[in-house]
Amino acid sequence: MDRKLRVAVHKFSSCDGCQLAFLNAGEQLVELFELADVVHFAEAGVVDTYAPADVAFIEGSISTPEEQERIRRIRENTRFLVPIGACATSGCVQALRNLADAGQWFADVYSDPSKIDHLDTATPIAANVPVDLELWGCPVNTRQVMTALRSLLLGAAPRDENEKICMECKRKNIVCVMVAKGQHCMGPVTRTGCGVLCPGIGRDCYGCYGPAENINGDSWGRWFQAKGMPAERIARRFLYINSDAEAFREAGRRWKEKP
Amino acid sequence: MSERREIKINVPVLARVEGEGALDLHIRDGRIENLKFHIGEPPRLFEKFLEGREAFEVPDMVARICGICPVAYQMSAVQALESLFGWRSTSWIEAMRRAMYCGEWISSHSLHIHLLAAPDFFGYSSAPEMARDYPDEVRRGLRLQSLGNELIRLFGARSVHPVGVRIGGFHAAPPKDRVKTLLDRLRSALPDAESLVAWTASVEVPQDRQDFVSVALRHPSEYPLYSGRIVSDTGLDIPVERYEDHFREHQEALSTALYSLLEGRPYLVGPLARLNLNWDRLPEPVRSTLAKTGIPFPSRNVFHSMLARAVEIHLAVVEAIRLLENYEPDVPFVSGHTRAGSGFGCTEAPRGLLWHRYDVGEDGKILKARIVPPTSQNQARIAEDLHRSIEAFGLDRSDDKLRLHGEKVIRNYDPCISCATHFLKLKVIRE
Repeated sequence: MDRKLRVAVHKFSSCDGCQLAFLNAGEQLVELFELADVVHFAEAGVVDTYAPADVAFIEGSISTPEEQERIRRIRENTRFLVPIGACATSGCVQALRNLADAGQWFADVYSDPSKIDHLDTATPIAANVPVDLELWGCPVNTRQVMTALRSLLLGAAPRDENEKICMECKRKNIVCVMVAKGQHCMGPVTRTGCGVLCPGIGRDCYGCYGPAENINGDSWGRWFQAKGMPAERIARRFLYINSDAEAFREAGRRWKEKP
Repeated sequence: MSERREIKINVPVLARVEGEGALDLHIRDGRIENLKFHIGEPPRLFEKFLEGREAFEVPDMVARICGICPVAYQMSAVQALESLFGWRSTSWIEAMRRAMYCGEWISSHSLHIHLLAAPDFFGYSSAPEMARDYPDEVRRGLRLQSLGNELIRLFGARSVHPVGVRIGGFHAAPPKDRVKTLLDRLRSALPDAESLVAWTASVEVPQDRQDFVSVALRHPSEYPLYSGRIVSDTGLDIPVERYEDHFREHQEALSTALYSLLEGRPYLVGPLARLNLNWDRLPEPVRSTLAKTGIPFPSRNVFHSMLARAVEIHLAVVEAIRLLENYEPDVPFVSGHTRAGSGFGCTEAPRGLLWHRYDVGEDGKILKARIVPPTSQNQARIAEDLHRSIEAFGLDRSDDKLRLHGEKVIRNYDPCISCATHFLKLKVIRE
């Protein structure tokens, strides 16, 4: 390629935390600006929303009509569209309103909700436009975004990391917090990528990287139900950070409906 | 009748802030007739989905309000819930919380100074661009930012949405060898922190004295961070649970962030307000480093916010060293039963006062949550400042210059309007 890879970083409804995978990268951030042509990254100071890009990283969920329109136009101008983080892949916590009476929620917070431009749902990017690769996690980390970017720079398809946390946890020789301490660890149903941070400090994984491939949420719940955990708490474990990821949403819904 | 000329400037995005700000400017006969600054942050409704959650779920949820200051949200939350439940944390837990919080101040302030604010004062559009001409200064900033993140990671395993904080304390006490390694890094960062203070003091900023009310926490002996009473330079001095008696939030048209007023007046929170009210609590050598700059505090120049951030980075490095110097691991958390009632928490987030209130039911679940972030408190003050600053700057300047100056004024407050989309739509109407 005789020109540099054009990279964009966009933000929708989010906490800004996934952009920090770039902004906290230190020397690598400066390097990124040298290796690639950063065409849009507002928080870093580069602004051109609809500039054509080879790779666009998308942070945030779609929660207003303006955002629906903007992501559609960005998709048109982008070759490889990569949602990053829970907001962009599963709606994150704000997607909990998809399961509730969103109209009432707005009315409870704002004296005049009609003045607030909003949708009753907060949805992942893939629910709005086709995507090419998803990087999961709340938040994604520098290793994930830079690994994906390096693959793309080399013209190779990035690998999808979708195995369960448990696999990596075992390889790291961490004592199982679920078996040894009875903690309600989501490791058996959660996607790897974080580096096993929670069990690494002796606490339960709370599923912030979203569902792994082919999970069995019913079986996970039954294990804890047998130990006395109420069904509604089991449901809340799924309906938490990644509530609009299908596998978690459905598992959560089933447990919510149990007596 | 004069012809009404409406100029819409298409500034697609306000760069280098976290959030969606918009500015409507209406100029008539060379005077500002109407100026509206509003935040168009798409609401995520944290107050609502916290309802029905068990108390133990709160720290990991509220972290998600802000990727840049998650520790602040966790700290105000655990403080509120512990005070309600009557859990007495140990001096070890309190010290380690303060140390972790120092990490967030160092990281967030460094990010703001170098990646967001400084390019304004040197005429660059971004920090990487500025790094070509000022490699040492930018790299010093990135080093400090990374040190702050490492300090958060010591307790939280990662710097964004750290996982180490729980109600009652920490999930684990950091191992001694890791603390020692970090302590060495903190000590060797002292010269960086000191030179950063001198550098930010040397940056030429507009000389603009303004009348504003500063609000911050005040602690009997320490520079405020994790605890204290809420005070102002107009004589307010209240415990955190009385906040609602004096501060009111209301919705204004077009803004999704609620406006907050103190006794009906705008006020300032954040580094400058904190330093204005607490400069006498700065320990050595921070106090001497600041004195050497020759800039007296309290300051009425809001553009001294960048210097205040640098001073607080220095303070946070010095404090973290003090707190970790004789580190021994200890029991990382206390626990007990939950209790029904209302709990209040207030700490100093990097951007200022962060106040939480939780009403908890008999079953230990959240009935109602109220969170007042720093940026909604600064919103009215930003509008007031913009009005004054843009007028002082000169309304006859080009729309582009007016917009750039407006952005600079807004950025100076480091507005953390996360969950937003960065649009500064400037609409100027000239008549």
